[in-house]
Amino acid sequence: MSCKGYMSDYSRREFIRTTTVVATATAGGLAAGAAEAADLHGAVGAAGRGTLIDTNVSLSRWPCRRLPLDKTPALVARLRSQGVKQAWAGSFDGLLHKDLASVNARLAEDCRKHGRGLLVPFGSVNLRLPDWEDDLRRCQEEHKMPGVRLHPSYHGYKLEEPAFTRLLDVARERGLIVQLVVTMEDERTQHPLMRAPHVDVAPLLGLLARRSNLRLVLLNWSRGVSSALLTKLSAAGKVYFDIAMLDGVGGVANLLKQVPADRVVFGSHAPFFYLESAVLKLKESVLSEPQLTSIRADNARRLLGLAAP
Amino acid sequence: MMIWDVHCHLSGVPGCTPDERMAQLVAFADRMGIERICVFMGMTWSYDPTPDDMRKQNDEVLAALERWQHRAFGFVYLNPNQVEASLAELDRCVRDGPMVGVKLWVARHCNTPELDPIVKRAAELKALVLQHTYIKATGNLPGESTPMELAELARRHPDVPMIAAHTGADWEVGIRAIRDCKNVCAELCGSDPTAGFTEMAVRELGAERVLYGSDAGGRSFASQLGKVLGADIPESAKRLILGENCKRLLRPILRLKGVKIDE
Repeated sequence: MSCKGYMSDYSRREFIRTTTVVATATAGGLAAGAAEAADLHGAVGAAGRGTLIDTNVSLSRWPCRRLPLDKTPALVARLRSQGVKQAWAGSFDGLLHKDLASVNARLAEDCRKHGRGLLVPFGSVNLRLPDWEDDLRRCQEEHKMPGVRLHPSYHGYKLEEPAFTRLLDVARERGLIVQLVVTMEDERTQHPLMRAPHVDVAPLLGLLARRSNLRLVLLNWSRGVSSALLTKLSAAGKVYFDIAMLDGVGGVANLLKQVPADRVVFGSHAPFFYLESAVLKLKESVLSEPQLTSIRADNARRLLGLAAP
Repeated sequence: MMIWDVHCHLSGVPGCTPDERMAQLVAFADRMGIERICVFMGMTWSYDPTPDDMRKQNDEVLAALERWQHRAFGFVYLNPNQVEASLAELDRCVRDGPMVGVKLWVARHCNTPELDPIVKRAAELKALVLQHTYIKATGNLPGESTPMELAELARRHPDVPMIAAHTGADWEVGIRAIRDCKNVCAELCGSDPTAGFTEMAVRELGAERVLYGSDAGGRSFASQLGKVLGADIPESAKRLILGENCKRLLRPILRLKGVKIDE
């Protein structure tokens, strides 16, 4: 991308708005930011106001370390403190456990017991296990889950495989949301005995073209999806993208140059990541109020088949 | 709460010139309440820069600082494979210029003796030494240093303050590696905002040895600030990490240069 091109993409109005802030700060000597710092520390400023739906949290224990918020009541309290009104919860146990029926039952129970309406369970399905279809069935029929969460890199399959196509079809028939986790952790910092490559999502292009009413959410996708593929995916079907692993200055605004705002959902990857990191991203980027409202909650509501308030 | 960011770059930021990029960085910093940023390396990077390339990259940082000296500090980018050129560059940019620190990246493992004259000269000038450290499960670059190697260098120069940039990214190992080197601070930037990093650093090193940095523009200010603001540590520790430690480390050279920061 040429330097000129990058700048021409950047909204002139936004540029003037942000540089005006700089000019104000400059006139005052040091930063204008001191007053904002207190704001950051509380509800994390403007981004923290209004309803947040977090589409990417996990319960239970990460296999390689204890996390500060890996007890569900503590996680729920933190989510509430940051304005999260609903959180779509998978289970860390879904990565390596083979008895996924019990994993999903515990997940549903934890959400009921501790979530008090905040936690919405998304069960795990492992396409390498016999009779995975019954796990899917139980997620919907017994646990009333609105969707499932897939971890192909931990379960050891590629998206070209027939079982994945079959899962997309069953999910579509049942009206289930599919959350596909591209990675849980930066490949560079993974435990040496638990290395899991990023999922290659390129095969989705062909699969989505034939399944227009499938609702698919890519979680933690940014390291495994090139810019070109990102644009194609958003055009290929109802694909949504969370912001948990999105990075770079102004990262959310940059994403909106490639993907429509109605396809971006708030996701934190808490408690593996600090929740505040995702919340602060909404503050760092210059976003319009309609864009913020869409990302904070409206797009997730629409995914669930609910109208915006 | 005062926030000073000890690790920013001109790359990954929109703009055609160093000044345009710095304006953008400052604009984003303002949105996040960050008062000061430390900037190093040019608009295009190289792992093992020639003397000419080093000068070019440092010139870009000098150009970026020109209008922003009240908001930004520069660190000179040096290459221990080019010791003589590095020492000359240190004099040009720090002794005779406005820069206040040294950035060492991936040209050469930092435990090798070629680092010693650079560290000694930096200490004479009271320039703060910041060394990139990473431990990659996928394999480090040929000259890329680990926190264990920085600990070796730090033990040879126990009176010289140093910063373990990224703390190895594999922070559970990195923190242990520098734990007994009291002159080394752990810097939080440039890795995913994995929960527990800041808590462990404070527990094992003390909050006085932990520094906030972002690695912007490749990283966001936001993702890295979350590591501190979201950590389960006392407010007093957050204040140290977000700004007071960086100010303390830079105070000697800023005093030498007549830069007022305490009013």
